[in-house]
Amino acid sequence: MNRQQLRQAILEELAGIAPDIDTANVSDNARLRDEYDLDSMDALNLLTALHQRLGISIPERDYARMYTIGDLLEYLGEQSEH
Amino acid sequence: MSKPPPNLANYDATRADFSWDRAREELAGMAGGCMNIAHEALDRHLQTANADRTAIRFLPRGREPAIDISYRELAARAGRFANVLASLGVGRGERVYVLAHRIPDLYAAALGTLRHGCVFTPLFSAFGPEPIRSRVEIGEPSVLITTERLYRRKVADWIADTPSIRHVLLIGEVDEAPDGTADAGALMDQADAEYDTQPMDPGELALLHFTSGTTGLPKGALHVHEAVVAHHITGKYALDLQPGDIYWCTADPGWVTGTSYGIIAPLTNGVTLIVDEEEFDAERWYRILQEQRVTVWYTAPTAIRMLMKYGPELARQHDLSALRFLASVGEPLNPEAVHWGRETIGLPFHDNWWQTETGGIMIANFASMPIRPGSMGRPVPGIEAAVARGTDDGIELIEDPEETGELVLKTGWPSMFRGYLNEEERYRKCFAGDWYLTGDLARRDADGYFWFIGRTDDVIKSSGHLIGPFEVESILMEHPAVAEAGVIGVPDEVAGETIKAFVALRPGHEPGEELRRELMALARKRLGASVAPRRIEFHDNLPRTRSGKIMRRLLRARELGLPEGDLSTLEGGKQ
Repeated sequence: MNRQQLRQAILEELAGIAPDIDTANVSDNARLRDEYDLDSMDALNLLTALHQRLGISIPERDYARMYTIGDLLEYLGEQSEH
Repeated sequence: MSKPPPNLANYDATRADFSWDRAREELAGMAGGCMNIAHEALDRHLQTANADRTAIRFLPRGREPAIDISYRELAARAGRFANVLASLGVGRGERVYVLAHRIPDLYAAALGTLRHGCVFTPLFSAFGPEPIRSRVEIGEPSVLITTERLYRRKVADWIADTPSIRHVLLIGEVDEAPDGTADAGALMDQADAEYDTQPMDPGELALLHFTSGTTGLPKGALHVHEAVVAHHITGKYALDLQPGDIYWCTADPGWVTGTSYGIIAPLTNGVTLIVDEEEFDAERWYRILQEQRVTVWYTAPTAIRMLMKYGPELARQHDLSALRFLASVGEPLNPEAVHWGRETIGLPFHDNWWQTETGGIMIANFASMPIRPGSMGRPVPGIEAAVARGTDDGIELIEDPEETGELVLKTGWPSMFRGYLNEEERYRKCFAGDWYLTGDLARRDADGYFWFIGRTDDVIKSSGHLIGPFEVESILMEHPAVAEAGVIGVPDEVAGETIKAFVALRPGHEPGEELRRELMALARKRLGASVAPRRIEFHDNLPRTRSGKIMRRLLRARELGLPEGDLSTLEGGKQ
């Protein structure tokens, strides 16, 4: 899965959890909590959904580092190479 | 280092000896029998060794260094804010709303508002525009304090329609104050730090806290300056706040806990309050407990359950040995969480119980008493609690232990709410004779510990926040496809309950994923993520009473596979 496909997967799952977000115009560097009003339940649900979809397990202790789409891309990108 | 004995060493003796008059003597008071919450929280420390103690240790986002604010500095900043209010012609008794995330000037604004004799109302910064707007319309504040970002995102669109607001003041970083707003920080920098705190009658209004009921709009619970007597003494007894403590209350100041125990009680008790700008983050939280040497920690079941998900290793990697007392509030703490604390942190969590209306902790597991895991504990000194059943002309107290009934409290404690704003009748209905009816079902065991059973109404407790189903249903109903909506709480292992909506559509509309997302988006945009439903289910029609009200109780019973109970009022009989 290349970065573009990974990004698409993240955006699709994000749209399912927070359909109020205009995913076409989402910035990779914006903090999801601040700019798109995701709360901690949303964040938990997003990571669970990504885990199910991609089969990449994200240990809970790494959850808090996922502030932005960019963080997710980087983390999941690295994990999928292993 | 040995740990000091608890403030309340002997429950029965302290309780027997307790009087509210004596509790009042622990505070300074003002000339002529007057009081002011901020006088007790700030001014009275300035003549003592506490003046240069750190009142607030602010932990900015990321890993920026902590900022210490002493009692003297906080009093001065609050004084500047009070002078700003005075210079704007804002008078005693006018309402000042504060909508901000946890930043230092939120605390200065709250305390400055009180010093100036205005009524302080906190609003949760994660609310969407709708809950903010409805609370503004109900409470008609004269002043709104917020941040530039929150103003642009959640307020700017509708503020022109709310004539009560004369001033919008922005705290935190201001790039460019939008039209109709002013940079409060800049005004405060120019204002005088000296301010004579307004002496208030103990029964004069100080705080307005919004809470939710089953029906109708949010209720504004009114509290008075003498509430500080209860804030102080419960901070001392139920949270065991002692001189030199480093205290961390994780509740957001947008809710009542974040005010009573996130601003007032720690300051009246002269301790150092940790304020973290960041949201929940397990690793960061353990790091704060370790690095700040937190001694007393007041948090909530949802946060504890999140920490439990991270497993014990993360906790064990940190030195949590400074902790002396852990407490929890927001919803009943499950016994596993109490045990987890004991095994992982080395201390159990002490659950306690109270409501927006009670203003302060009413029932608690105290440091000096054995905890009954799953129980809310015993009434704090000065509080008489009982279990009651309804009768034709009021209530009857249930004397036998282990019987379930409504939890009731004998009126007369200082932080009892004094009204719902503009809703006399709704307030009156909360009382039967000398007893306040809490709306919570409970039982009392033979040793006097109380156990929470459930609610008598349909309000939802999600992540410790009380959510009124009506507020959510009203927004869903605004969508042209929606004929009716019923909103309930469904159990969730982390949040306690999450919000689920049942929706019936108007003719010509088909259920489907696209519509579901549209409704979710509408609700999230208007209400904010924490109030919007996480799940939406379409039904052909919803169960109603003959008088046309959606039977949420039945929706919930069906959702959870519980007995459906009395269906005699169901429209069309049993379906």
